[in-house]
Amino acid sequence: MIYGYAGTILRINLSTNKIVKTPLKKELVEEYVGGRGFTAKILYDENPPNVHPFSPENIFIVAMGPLSGHMLPSSGKTHFATKSPATGGYGDSNMGGHFGVTMKYAGYDVMIIDGKAEKHSYILINDDDVKIVDAEKYWGRGSAEVEEAMKKDLGEDYQILTIGPAGENLVNFACISHDFGRQAGRIGIGAVLGSKNIKAIAVKGTKGIPVFDPELLLEKGKKMYGDLRKKPGFTGWTPQGTAGITDWCNNVGALPTRNFQKSNCDYAEKINGEAVLKELKITDKGCFSCPTPCGKYGHAKTKIGDAYVEGPEYETLSLLGSNCDISNIHDIAYLNYICDELGLDTCSAGVVLSFAFECFEKGLLTKEDVGMEVSFGDFESAVYLLRQIAERKGIGNVLAEGVRGAAATIGKGSDQFAIHVKGLEWTGYESRNAPGMMLGYMTADIGAHHGRCWVLGNDVAGSAVVGNVNDLISGEQNANFLPKAKHENVVPIVLKSQHIRPAFDIIGTCRLQFMEIGLETSYYEEVFYAITGRKFSWVELERLSEKLWHLNRMYNVREIEGFGRKFDYPPKRFYTEPIPDGPNKGHFIELEAIEEMLDHYYDGRGWDCNGIPTSDTLVKFGLNL
Amino acid sequence: MPLQYSNETCSGCKTCQLVCALSKFRTSNPSRAFLNVKGKFPAPGKYYVEYCNQCGNCMDVCPTGAIEQTDGVYNINSELCIGCKLCIDACPYDVIRFIDGIAHKCNDCGQCAEICPRNALSYSAEGASV
Repeated sequence: MIYGYAGTILRINLSTNKIVKTPLKKELVEEYVGGRGFTAKILYDENPPNVHPFSPENIFIVAMGPLSGHMLPSSGKTHFATKSPATGGYGDSNMGGHFGVTMKYAGYDVMIIDGKAEKHSYILINDDDVKIVDAEKYWGRGSAEVEEAMKKDLGEDYQILTIGPAGENLVNFACISHDFGRQAGRIGIGAVLGSKNIKAIAVKGTKGIPVFDPELLLEKGKKMYGDLRKKPGFTGWTPQGTAGITDWCNNVGALPTRNFQKSNCDYAEKINGEAVLKELKITDKGCFSCPTPCGKYGHAKTKIGDAYVEGPEYETLSLLGSNCDISNIHDIAYLNYICDELGLDTCSAGVVLSFAFECFEKGLLTKEDVGMEVSFGDFESAVYLLRQIAERKGIGNVLAEGVRGAAATIGKGSDQFAIHVKGLEWTGYESRNAPGMMLGYMTADIGAHHGRCWVLGNDVAGSAVVGNVNDLISGEQNANFLPKAKHENVVPIVLKSQHIRPAFDIIGTCRLQFMEIGLETSYYEEVFYAITGRKFSWVELERLSEKLWHLNRMYNVREIEGFGRKFDYPPKRFYTEPIPDGPNKGHFIELEAIEEMLDHYYDGRGWDCNGIPTSDTLVKFGLNL
Repeated sequence: MPLQYSNETCSGCKTCQLVCALSKFRTSNPSRAFLNVKGKFPAPGKYYVEYCNQCGNCMDVCPTGAIEQTDGVYNINSELCIGCKLCIDACPYDVIRFIDGIAHKCNDCGQCAEICPRNALSYSAEGASV
């Protein structure tokens, strides 16, 4: 028994129907701890080199952390990883909800799925009992629709994840959905399940997890909940969740608008957190053990129909909203609902739609190419294209490859405004005014995702301290919204953020209570000890987090032909087109500054000038690759 | 004031279940908790918590007198419980657990209300504001 862990790795080979359970090894726990640590190590060691993301041999991993499922704020994050269809490199994505903790209660810290099922199937786990079951009646149906049907068929106490038609049709930004509104959205993780003929995984777990010192966990866990309530961020952040940041982003010129042509819009008050509460919200919807629920579950009404939907949260508001120039909160929420049902990542979907709209606006796509006239701001254009993409029909088949692939097919210079890094679409923070944030996006292992680094508040405030988001966005430094950070100074804080932010993906909790609200790291050290009996300092955790940057970089070096510096550049728009108006009019970061940032960054990491970890660096971190 | 629940603020986080199971059984295992948290989605989009309101139905059916009432709280005497499960069948909220051969139930310790981050469970008439 290893305290804090369920103790077993579950391996399912869909080609042979072989199900194997092996004890979780102490060495893996001691060195890689959990979650992202496990996925990085297992993917590097076990995935066959140069495997195609949709090959049966590409493994799909679900991994929980040691704190997952225990009594502390937001211990419900589920971490997934595989070789990414979007980038061809290391890919992971995570979600809240209740799935992974239930898998852990069933007895499994890690599930590794290999092979391909002969028929459309789902995986059914009831504690020790694991089966591969026919899913023909669910295939082709929407994500939440299937979740609801499966709960009726199996029982309410099953936690279920599903893919939608986009995952079935291998759209490379297909997501996994769960709990009627949580998604592991990024890197095309849902398409990999689709390629294995897996529609869903249902799990029921009643076995529980051993705790080293239950009395101490009761004391420290209660203190975490109690002290969190006293933080200004608790009352400042919780009511609106991530949507509460919309106005600030618009004011500082970071709100993507019209495919990142602009950095602010003139209707932010119609699509902000207050609009979500006033127009949509029915209830707060929290993830497992979360005291600060971001989820705002609501009801959207549009001219083409109404829908219950969780969200939209900030990323969706910005990318399906202002970035597509759609200003009606009900329309945005309905697009959120359509993406959820089809199983499309709302982040990538928003960027792909806006790319298509700009192509059409510039005459690079025509009515004949698309099947109808589409344009920014037109809700029905967006609905039409999302459905075409999920079914891979017509232009949808081109757009289903993401903006990098679509730009390669469409050509005519469209790569100028294909907003991605490494093949993964950029998320909701325009960064031409924010060098640190831009560098964070450029160098993230999975492509352009904010989950690895968020220093936009520091860029704006000019602060070198990794402060919590609530303080940064409500501080007096914002009196003048122009960015204060200089590109030559941002590397240390980017590195720091890149180590801290994904560290929570290792221990298996949400980062929000620390990053957004400001709960100190010492709380996590205390509960880590109470749960596992291991004294593991935050410094050690950051060191492991740093090690994973080298390991995942080496995975990308191994898997992506010619991988190196040229994969770290931002979209051309960001270093050639000044922001046309708004608070940061005229701003952009020139290529020379980008090169300088990359040089400093590689130095800071111990990588060579092509961005490859040096052998000294690998040795220093105990990586014998 | 007995334990109250309001689904106006409940966000379905199950922290009440975690603290209950940890304090009573020394484990992280919500399925052992003396509360059920149920989400009704997609419609109407609300959470419901089932908890012991000390109704006493369990005492009425207990054949051995193992359940006794003190100050409005019904407790199971583990020495007298024979594991017949009649109390479990009689519980209108399905919050009595059968573990290690005997029944276990809520003793109104109040830790669920104490930790509830949304004040959805509370001992006050209105609940505190969130």
